[in-house]
Amino acid sequence: MIRDNNWFSRLFDGFNYVFLTAFAVLCLAPMVHIFAVSLSGRAPATAGFVSFFPIDFTLENYQEVMGSRTFSRSFLISVLRVLSGTSLNMSLIILTAYPLSKSPRVFRGRIIFIWFFVFAMLFDGGLIPTFLVVKNLGLLNTLGSLILPNAVPIFSVILMMNFFRDVPKELEESALIDGASHWQVLWYIYIPLSLAAIATLTLLAAVNHWNAWFDGLIYMSDTANYPMQTFLRTIVVELDLTNVGIDPRDLQRLSDRAIRGAQIIVATVPILVVYPFLQRYFISGIKLGAVKE
Amino acid sequence: MTFKQYMKRAWPLYVMILPGIIFVLLFRYYPMYGVVIAFQDFSPAKGFAASPWVGWENFEFFFSLPDFGRIFGNTLFIAIAKIVADQVGAVILALLLNEARLLLFRRAIQTLIYLPYFLSWIVLGGILLDILAPHGILNQAIGNFGAPPQLFLGSNDWFRGTIILSGFWKNVGFSTIIYLAALTAINPVLHEAAAIDGAGRFRRIRHITLPGILPTIVLLAALSLGDVLQAGFEQILTLYSPAVYRTGDIIDTYVYRRGLVAAQYSLAGAVGLFKSFIGFFLIVLSYYLADRFAGYRIL
Repeated sequence: MIRDNNWFSRLFDGFNYVFLTAFAVLCLAPMVHIFAVSLSGRAPATAGFVSFFPIDFTLENYQEVMGSRTFSRSFLISVLRVLSGTSLNMSLIILTAYPLSKSPRVFRGRIIFIWFFVFAMLFDGGLIPTFLVVKNLGLLNTLGSLILPNAVPIFSVILMMNFFRDVPKELEESALIDGASHWQVLWYIYIPLSLAAIATLTLLAAVNHWNAWFDGLIYMSDTANYPMQTFLRTIVVELDLTNVGIDPRDLQRLSDRAIRGAQIIVATVPILVVYPFLQRYFISGIKLGAVKE
Repeated sequence: MTFKQYMKRAWPLYVMILPGIIFVLLFRYYPMYGVVIAFQDFSPAKGFAASPWVGWENFEFFFSLPDFGRIFGNTLFIAIAKIVADQVGAVILALLLNEARLLLFRRAIQTLIYLPYFLSWIVLGGILLDILAPHGILNQAIGNFGAPPQLFLGSNDWFRGTIILSGFWKNVGFSTIIYLAALTAINPVLHEAAAIDGAGRFRRIRHITLPGILPTIVLLAALSLGDVLQAGFEQILTLYSPAVYRTGDIIDTYVYRRGLVAAQYSLAGAVGLFKSFIGFFLIVLSYYLADRFAGYRIL
């Protein structure tokens, strides 16, 4: 252990701790402010008296948000989307990555299949043609339009494939000699040995589904079908509280600014719940992909 | 081994890959065929196959519009400024975090600065629209110093700066992860040897730590080339308004408005194809450079 005890080094340490603390506080301050507003009463929230602590503390903004039919409906659509979309993503990632991780001798034509996927990742048909295709397939206003177009996240397939390639070949070879099929090898050898990578990619897929809003905006013409984030957009960006499903009389009592704040916070809570896992798996997964030669 | 013997063992591999192929054909390759609308006077009723062909007309029209220079200029400016700010900020933050010896402190800081990365632009945009509003908390704060309220999102003087800085807010913490990983990979023996030879703390940062993460810096610089047309579509669509089209309208928002709001499919398709085409070469070039100079291969 090296010790640097000269005064300049200690001064630097002091500056460093102060600077990093200030930076982190600055990163978080906007969220704390909105949180404080969302817990404040009408007058102080509207007048802008709230900084980082609620004034006239109330939970009514949250009650109002949770009680709104439209809000809970969009919340449910998002939950449904995360569950179905993530399972579809993961099934396809694993099923596609497994054959691609084999040598060309075991999986003939591998190189053609690889380039089929890599080219599709590199070249983008673009927003308009993709929209028209989804429309042609009759998916507008269905849950399918939110989960099918990105059902195969190709970059994740490549990460999974690279992970599979590091699984010791001896295990698989002895299993195949003993008469196991590729289905069994995948299920009993590869998946149990890749749980960390699978957890990482699952979290990534789930967060992406939860946070996605643009596809909901373009593929859903009926606002009743909006997932949570798309719905939130109409409120916090377009500042349209008319279709929120909140009784206008309640708006006399509450600040629309505080209600928006409460909605932002409710949309953030699921992320906060999985955040410890995100830190643990996702961040180690990133390192894995980045540092590995 | 005959083909029959081979297939007896290998058929599940082809069954496994089939669903992935179908999805990619439908949702990636079918839209690539759909780019023909850029060369057509497309109408949804006639479809891709039957719409009349117009050659390069859509492109010629787009290149003649003043929009062309504006949206490309904005896209490049915002994207490059973001890349530079993000990478420089990430290296500095990673170095500072690496110098903070208290492990618990480091963990706490990391936990706080990674968080914005995982929130959507709707959530972050909603927060920004509130705090940057004319009567928002930021304008109140600068008002305490006697400054007049500023339209951080509504004026062309501020908009790009706000976009770049808020992009920094969302991404920089997360970008430090890769550098921190590279920093932990530096052999501590190097530091100890240098310390014994009398190298002070800043000399060691200069001659051991920085060279240690140089390959990572080079790699990310090469890979970032693929992002110079990605100015942040979801962010700008959330935060911009007609008042700041001059400085904030980018290729993607333009395509969205022309194509999906105004239903000028062919014009928007042409602009989008133009971008996809350049983007494709940029990504291929960035992967080539990453392989050539940093030994990075995705496959």
